[in-house]
Amino acid sequence: MTLTIIGALPLFGALLIALLGNSQKENIKKLALLTTALTFAATVVAALNFEIDRPGFQFVEKYSWIPPLGVNFQVGVDGISLILILLSTILVPVVILAGWNESEGGRFSVKTFYILMLVLETMMIGVFAATDVFLFYIFFEAMLVPVYFLIGGYGSGARQAAAVKFLLYSLFGGLLMLASIIGLYVISSNQIGRTFDIEALQTLKIDSLTENLLFLGFFIAFAIKAPLWPLHTWLPDAAKSATPGTSILLLGVLDKVGTFGMIRYGVELFPNASKTFTPLIITLAVISIIYGAILAIGQKDIESLIAFTSISHFGFITMGIFAMTTHGNSGATLYMLNHGFSTAALFMTAGWMISRRGSSTIADFGGLQRVTPILAWSFFIAGLSSLALPGLSSFVSEFLVLVGTYTRYPVAAIIGTIGIILAALYILIPVQKALHGPTTPGNENLPDLNKREIIAIAPIIALIIGLGFYPKPALDVINPAAKATITKAGFTDPAPVVKGGDK
Amino acid sequence: MNPTNYLYLSALLFSIGAVGVIVRRNAIVVFMCIELMLNAANLAFVTFARMNGNLEGQVIAFFTMVVAACEVVVGLAIIVSIYRSRRSASVDDASLLSR
Amino acid sequence: MTSSNLVYFVALPLFSSALLMLLGRKADKWGHVFATLVSASTFFIGVFEFLAMRDRAVEMRAVTQKLFTWISVGDFQVDAALLLDQLSISFVLLITGVGTLIHVYSITYMSHDRDRRRFFAYLNFFIASMLLLVLGDSYLNLYVGWEGVGLASYLLIGFWNQKPEYATAAKKAFVMNRVGDFGLSIAIMIAFATFGSVSFAGIEEKVGGASETALTAMGLMLLLAATGKSAQFPLQAWLGDAMAGPTPVSALIHAATMVTAGVYLITRSNFVFDAAPNAQLAVVIIGVITLLFGAIIGTAKDDIKKALAASTMSQIGYMILATGFGPAGYAFAIMHLLTHGFFKAGMFLGAGSVMHGMSDEVNMRRYGGLAKFMPITTITFGLGYLAIIGVPPFAGYYSKDKIIETAFNAGGLQGIIFGGAALLGAIITAFYMTRVMLLTFFGNKRWADDAHPHESPFLMWAPMAVLAVGSVASGYLLYSGKAFVTWLAPVVDKHKHEHVEFLPPIVVSILAVTAVVIGVSIALLKYRGEQASEAPSDVNIFTRAARRDLLQDDANEFMFMRPGQKLTSALLATDEKVIDGTVRGVGATMLGSARGMRKLQSGYVRNYALLILIGALLILGTIWVVTL
Repeated sequence: MTLTIIGALPLFGALLIALLGNSQKENIKKLALLTTALTFAATVVAALNFEIDRPGFQFVEKYSWIPPLGVNFQVGVDGISLILILLSTILVPVVILAGWNESEGGRFSVKTFYILMLVLETMMIGVFAATDVFLFYIFFEAMLVPVYFLIGGYGSGARQAAAVKFLLYSLFGGLLMLASIIGLYVISSNQIGRTFDIEALQTLKIDSLTENLLFLGFFIAFAIKAPLWPLHTWLPDAAKSATPGTSILLLGVLDKVGTFGMIRYGVELFPNASKTFTPLIITLAVISIIYGAILAIGQKDIESLIAFTSISHFGFITMGIFAMTTHGNSGATLYMLNHGFSTAALFMTAGWMISRRGSSTIADFGGLQRVTPILAWSFFIAGLSSLALPGLSSFVSEFLVLVGTYTRYPVAAIIGTIGIILAALYILIPVQKALHGPTTPGNENLPDLNKREIIAIAPIIALIIGLGFYPKPALDVINPAAKATITKAGFTDPAPVVKGGDK
Repeated sequence: MNPTNYLYLSALLFSIGAVGVIVRRNAIVVFMCIELMLNAANLAFVTFARMNGNLEGQVIAFFTMVVAACEVVVGLAIIVSIYRSRRSASVDDASLLSR
Repeated sequence: MTSSNLVYFVALPLFSSALLMLLGRKADKWGHVFATLVSASTFFIGVFEFLAMRDRAVEMRAVTQKLFTWISVGDFQVDAALLLDQLSISFVLLITGVGTLIHVYSITYMSHDRDRRRFFAYLNFFIASMLLLVLGDSYLNLYVGWEGVGLASYLLIGFWNQKPEYATAAKKAFVMNRVGDFGLSIAIMIAFATFGSVSFAGIEEKVGGASETALTAMGLMLLLAATGKSAQFPLQAWLGDAMAGPTPVSALIHAATMVTAGVYLITRSNFVFDAAPNAQLAVVIIGVITLLFGAIIGTAKDDIKKALAASTMSQIGYMILATGFGPAGYAFAIMHLLTHGFFKAGMFLGAGSVMHGMSDEVNMRRYGGLAKFMPITTITFGLGYLAIIGVPPFAGYYSKDKIIETAFNAGGLQGIIFGGAALLGAIITAFYMTRVMLLTFFGNKRWADDAHPHESPFLMWAPMAVLAVGSVASGYLLYSGKAFVTWLAPVVDKHKHEHVEFLPPIVVSILAVTAVVIGVSIALLKYRGEQASEAPSDVNIFTRAARRDLLQDDANEFMFMRPGQKLTSALLATDEKVIDGTVRGVGATMLGSARGMRKLQSGYVRNYALLILIGALLILGTIWVVTL
């Protein structure tokens, strides 16, 4: 029952909020914060009971749902999904705390905002926990609805257009995925009886053309979600128009569904097709790394800049997944976690800067280090994490991805490494423009972070530094799952060229 | 018997009705033309019933008449209420939904 | 052997730095004293470890400490572990010793700055990172320190970042260092793919089995890393701008310690380079180019700090050159590094002292005749000067002389070219340093009337005096009885290579001293009676190029920055027009066709009836045709 309880908690909170009056804004916010904090606490308790060395899914629950179609309500977690559920449940309370007032002034009420937020959290937990492809699909698509309203209802600028663009892009991918799911279903009913159980589906024998097509259906959906070049253009618009909190969930968690799907429903489900498409995907990933970084350098708007850095980071994650080595895969999963933290920190601080100044153009800031030192340092540390400074969490994952890729695809790894030079540029340019230099007129009296904001950012920064020095707890959870993925895909790590100590 | 002439008549009546529905604008006339088409169909049913020597065609003709009667009730009611509110029985004027 | 003390080297200053940052203004009153004490305590631990090491048998001298398992994925195992051997202890003593002196110096130097506490927090952070760099037992641990010192350097160069050009200088330094880090990253990847390990011991053990191609590639990538951190050609352009930082920073980071990290990296990777002669040749060539490059820039700079920075670049060129000669050169490279640490840090602090007395004027043409007003600074700076140009028996004489000798000993044409270049470098060094001396301390007074030159207070000149003693004595102490060469041999010369002598040492010494005399004489002739307080503008094209740092920034701008900016704007347009354009195009097409289809839905019942009729007729017609 563990996972169902965790998943249902936010939904329950949403129901309670729905019972409150529209005018009780503070109570609604507090209730939302309390619910999400409880959810996080429950997830931590569950994670502590997770047995690291046991293979396969844990906390498994299975209830028959639509028997004629063989659909089950079936959930369970392995190391990868546990890490991502932890990421989701910690980010939601942080986002609520950080953007205490961003729900106000939207098209819908404050109440609706938090109901959408909590429903979204349930969906996020569900999408990572589902072990039934049909259930996964339901969550995958249903997730779009709250996000659509969160962007279109509470964002800024061209929020409607951005929301529609996001929705259409995602629906298009979802449709291709649905076709593939139906295809899988037909094959499974011929071979092993009607089922959507992911572990059962992995045993199917599919001829190579069909496998390739089915794989592409899934992969394109995921490549849109975790935007891979050239399917990325919805992300900057959405990130720019959404509230910072929504952007954090969008980039920090929702996009991870894409990379998570690539592992669970790409590599594990279609090992042969993954192998066939690996060169293409690695190429796209490398292009994403460089392309995202260069475009980030050229951005004038701080939020689209962060969005483009994420495209570069998702390139790294995808490269790590398809390098088909345990280092690459573990690194990619750890990267998903770390990217969640560093992007959250960046968006939070950027959001505070924007709400204080009333502009998201980088050039409107300047000299913030003198005016608002705590805010400036938070942004700087988040930026350093984004450029993968050793000692901060992203470095470990980025380096694992690069090392894992190098052992199989040296050229791709070397080109990808150029990304670390560009990363220094895309972080230090906004740092210089916004934090350094003389204080821009009009910014002299901006207030520094208040207690609530410090409480929101402190745990994230602590995690960024802590996991940089001691990533073992996360890696211990991820490693067995990553190893299992590589084994299922039929790969073994390339051995070092020099075998023993033959001096 | 030879059904040809009956069927020709039925087809002729149907065509007159169809053309009337398409070209006329007065709602009453359009309505009458629909009745004409229904009756053309009835004629064809009766003809075939007679030709095959069973009653099914005639039963359907009766059924059609009942349906047509209901239709007349509802249709005329609509036409009258439209006429009352707009002082016109032209079908083209009642195109609010297309805008 | 293991030791449990090593962690304090890194943990103490790191803790102090974090404390000073987190406490904020609350620590303003005592922050500088606390940081200085912490730095001093690491020095005392260093001395203690050094004495303990000296008392152990040669093969027992290296100690390690494993802290925890850092990264463990499959066969990629990296421990957070520290290694203190003869090589690292040399650095530890230099870093903590010079570092502590500079902490003391900064207490007074920065006393008027509102952010003095933050400055000391950065300094402590630098000490921690630099110690981690030299103590890490694997390339990945080294990498953490490597980037840590880069960050410290970034923060300190940009310490007064409210001036836009200082902030730009900081960014430039970090980005160019990142280019070097690119090399280090790739080198580590090659190491892991080839040896399955990234620790120094693990690689050294297996180095015999690797192909020369892999080792050469790894060596070249390590060299790239070294050029970034040590401001070597072609990644040298950031060092001059880095002088934007407060002068104690220039002394500590950009003269004595951080910029020498490249030399440390190559020396530490001796097992790779010794097996990759081509990579070694590249190291030598880079060293030669840089030592001349830096020296030439040094002759044309009027900013005292930039002249010293160019000199640093050139001196590190000597060290890199020496490391390129393998086991014959490593010890001399490190020896020069240590003596250079003393005399260059001393001279930078001297420059700081001059600036302190001259209201932050840095242009040497506005100095002149300061010896009368700043006797202590003049003496300490002068001792450093004698050391750097290599006058016997000052420190630089022993170390630089040995490097020139090693270069000649490479033998054949190569030896003559490299040795000759090193000698030429010595002439130019003597020239530009004499120029600095003359323009600053001797000759006529050329400063503005409102300047009031005065000697610096005790807390500033005391560290300078200590460093001056080092400039005098360190060379002989390290050299006598081959003390340092023997000390370092277990790390860098395990196989006891035969060292051939191409020229007898006495000949090289005579040549080197002659070079010094030539350089000094030219400078004396040219600058003895300098009167002008403005730089002459009617100079030849070479001087102009040297004043523009031999066009290094222009070259970077032309080759990387402009094309990069063009690429960025081109890609921005592509993303907007082509990729997003396609997406929006799909949307527009859909809307357009929908608009067309909408015309069919006119809302007139008879139109629908007609369509139904046509449809029915079509179906009937089809059936008729089919059944025909």
